[in-house]
Amino acid sequence: MSISSFTSVLIWLPVAGALAIWVLPLSRYATGSLAVLVSLAEVGIWIEQAARFDFGRTGLQFSQDTPWIKDLHVSYHVGEYGFSLWLVGLTVVAMAACIGYGFWVGRDRPRAYFGLMLLLTGATVGVFVAQDMLLFYAFFEAMLIPLYVLIGVWGGAARLGATVKFLIYTMAGSLVMLAAIVVYGLKVGTFDLVNAPTSPSRWIFLGFMLAFAIKAPLFPFHGWLPDAYREAPPEVTAVLSGVVAKAGTYGMLRIAITQFPDPSGYYRTLFLALGAAALVYGSLLAFRAPDFRGVVAYSSMAQSGLITIGLFSGTNLGFDGAVLQMVAHGLVSTSLFLVAGAVERRTTTGEFSLLGGMAKGRPALTTLLVTLGVISLAVPGSAAFAGEFLILAGAFQRHWWWAVIGASGVVLAAMYMLRLISAVLHQARGPVVSDGALDLRAGELALIVPLVAALLVLSAWPAGISSHAFAGDSPVDAVIGQFH
Amino acid sequence: MIQTPHIDWFAISTILVLLGGSFVALLSAVLVPARWRRTVSSVVAATAATGGIVTSVWLYVDSASGHSVIGDAFYRDRWTALAQVILCATTLATVLVGSEQIREHEAEFFALLLASAAGMTFFVGAANLMTMFLSLEWFSIALYVMCAIEYDQEGSLEAGLKYLVVGSFGSAGLLFGSALVYGATNRIGFAEIAQAVGAHGLSGDLLLVLGLALIVAGLAFKSSSAPFHMWTPDVYQGAPTTVTAFMSSATKVAAFALMLRVLRTAFPQETHLWSWAFAGIAVASLVIGNFAALVQKDVKRLLAYSSISHAGFILIGVAAGTALGGRAVMFYLIPYSAMAFGSFAVVAARERELGTRVTLDNLAGFGWERPFLGVALWFFMFGFAGLPLGGGFVGKFYVFAAAYDHGWTWLVIVGVLATLVSLYYYLGVVRAIYMRPPAELALAGGSPPRDALLHVAVGAALVVSVGSLFAVSPIITLARHAAASLPF
Repeated sequence: MSISSFTSVLIWLPVAGALAIWVLPLSRYATGSLAVLVSLAEVGIWIEQAARFDFGRTGLQFSQDTPWIKDLHVSYHVGEYGFSLWLVGLTVVAMAACIGYGFWVGRDRPRAYFGLMLLLTGATVGVFVAQDMLLFYAFFEAMLIPLYVLIGVWGGAARLGATVKFLIYTMAGSLVMLAAIVVYGLKVGTFDLVNAPTSPSRWIFLGFMLAFAIKAPLFPFHGWLPDAYREAPPEVTAVLSGVVAKAGTYGMLRIAITQFPDPSGYYRTLFLALGAAALVYGSLLAFRAPDFRGVVAYSSMAQSGLITIGLFSGTNLGFDGAVLQMVAHGLVSTSLFLVAGAVERRTTTGEFSLLGGMAKGRPALTTLLVTLGVISLAVPGSAAFAGEFLILAGAFQRHWWWAVIGASGVVLAAMYMLRLISAVLHQARGPVVSDGALDLRAGELALIVPLVAALLVLSAWPAGISSHAFAGDSPVDAVIGQFH
Repeated sequence: MIQTPHIDWFAISTILVLLGGSFVALLSAVLVPARWRRTVSSVVAATAATGGIVTSVWLYVDSASGHSVIGDAFYRDRWTALAQVILCATTLATVLVGSEQIREHEAEFFALLLASAAGMTFFVGAANLMTMFLSLEWFSIALYVMCAIEYDQEGSLEAGLKYLVVGSFGSAGLLFGSALVYGATNRIGFAEIAQAVGAHGLSGDLLLVLGLALIVAGLAFKSSSAPFHMWTPDVYQGAPTTVTAFMSSATKVAAFALMLRVLRTAFPQETHLWSWAFAGIAVASLVIGNFAALVQKDVKRLLAYSSISHAGFILIGVAAGTALGGRAVMFYLIPYSAMAFGSFAVVAARERELGTRVTLDNLAGFGWERPFLGVALWFFMFGFAGLPLGGGFVGKFYVFAAAYDHGWTWLVIVGVLATLVSLYYYLGVVRAIYMRPPAELALAGGSPPRDALLHVAVGAALVVSVGSLFAVSPIITLARHAAASLPF
């Protein structure tokens, strides 16, 4: 097996695992074990890939290019740049934790459930490594298929409405993107992202950005977010906000900004403003949200806004910070939603009015939640601080007022995270918190602690990502030079 | 003394095989004792359909340079052969499903099925107005009877009658249009019509245009495109589900394959007229099909409207009228016919299990009870909706590419919006089979039937629909060679 096929293995191994789970008549336990094993194998392959990755080299690595639809010049072209490598890493690590969580809580209908989770893993990895527009679109859409069923079958009471809203919203964006892809690809004669010349068309750019803005989501395209994040099973919400939402911001970086340098410059102010709106409005909503998941959900929207500011600042620092923040926030929100799931399992609810006082006698839960809170409110020294600082510094270079708005978002983050911690852990004991509600168990710790450990490593060495996301010293040159 | 033309027997071998099968199946209705009849007639039908696949594949390989045969009445080329392959494969799948689902008159049913398939395989190769009309009637009459074959079932007789009356309108339109075109050009051969129009400067002639309009309307009737679709929901709902499965896949393949042929061969000078006409019909089908499907509760009616909307998507490729459009149409038909057939076959299984009409409500829990059929329906629905879970995705991409290539970006946008609307009802089916608690159902009695052959047919449809996502290049190569037979 050559090195370059690693990327394809990362996509198709979970798909093969899903097929195996659907075809073989395995027991509940064997099904879950197989799924966890496959997801761990993914992490292993990714580590091997990261170890072999040459961060100094420009251009695509681990790439594979096979014709798919020959006469329209569409190809199965996959490969990784530095920043795609990190997002793939985020995907496989977060998916492993979430699949493990599903195994730990013992989801009903295990064969369907684990098969779909693996399918989701493959599709999401595909989004981050696809180097052909139609292939990117195919994976982008393929993520929806398992998500629809995962939310609709294993979700909460109001799941049916939530799934319809989620799917119609995101498909509306991505179908516009399909039209943009058809027009762009046929106009330039290739669908290959590496070879396609840049385009000056503002309409095509906006077609792509609509899809990414809904996925991220940015204000005012976030209508699907609260329902989907509240009704999905916690580990699926974790994937949605930690990984799938990053496909939106990744798309902005890889396609919208790279392939459309002129239109993205033209609309810079618009998207900086939308990012700022998402940041401030999302933070305010998070501060007002009445439940655990609501806070984390809206804070994800705020973080997507911040990342968008970093990307559309169009500065070296902004790009570096955006990639770091995508990974850091992905890990934070995955862990937070898993903790939310753990709390809900013990108390049957995430309503703040019913929770409280959980710190007493539950040291592991308290330590984890406080650590995560501290990281996510960007205390100096944390990974999120490094990411946000780089983004704000980049935004400052564009214009000082973007940095001011961004900084206000950071202040708001402190408010809603402290409110969350206090409402869950401190204050008087809530009516649904019984003495019998256990601390986090070894199984749960084994899932969440590695994520937090990864965050601590990133806190200690943020440059691990921020100076290894783009080859060369200047990300802007790398992006404008289309990563060639 | 009448000169008999030279007959290229090989060119019509598929048709002869199917007709021979039909003859034997009909004899078995009389000669074979009742307890063997089902087995014998279905084996005969399956053999004939398989034979048809073999001969048409052979014809495809052996007809690299297309030409007309038998007194210029029939085209022996790859366009004909590829359409015949799809038609025979659909027929074979129908035999598999029908051998378990058709309750009585099974030998007669198979005889009619093969006769109608023979008519369709002749229709797609028709080279003049006469053979076109004759073969259209040939397969239509067989279909009318097949719709009404379970005449003691509610709706079946009504469906047959409705199809007969409305279908006759379509046929009459086609015939009248043919007469006008003949009146204008004095020719019946497709290629000769185009020659005569070119030689005598007849382009834009009132008789010719009127004739073309009537032919377009007649073909739109058969392909159930709006606004000529009125019969579709009622007939699809009332006919035995096996017949519906056959009609929704095979009839569409035949109609669209011939449509592109007659338009490109006989009326190339009027392209500006018919491409606008078909763009209009496509938009009407997309709008009516999708919006009407939103409110359907009966699954067969829902799928009927979905088939109208897919006629709209295919017509985008027809309207483009280019070689790319031809490839797009041929490619689209392959996953489409597999998905349409497969989804109706799944409905047939549920219908047999419940002994009543399948609605979105009584489909609840089906996916968990019959895992394989549920997963198959899941794939078909997402494939119909154009999500990348099957070749439907590539098909849509191709017709959009053809429309853009033709300079019609607006048609791409209409198609995209239609896809978005369609998502709602396709997801509704998935929601019904997986996300609703099973309703209290009165099963028809005993454990559900095993439907082994139906599973085989659905599995084959699943393989074709998913496989066409991955094996795009080989299929497109086939479609390109086929489209090269038409004068683009």
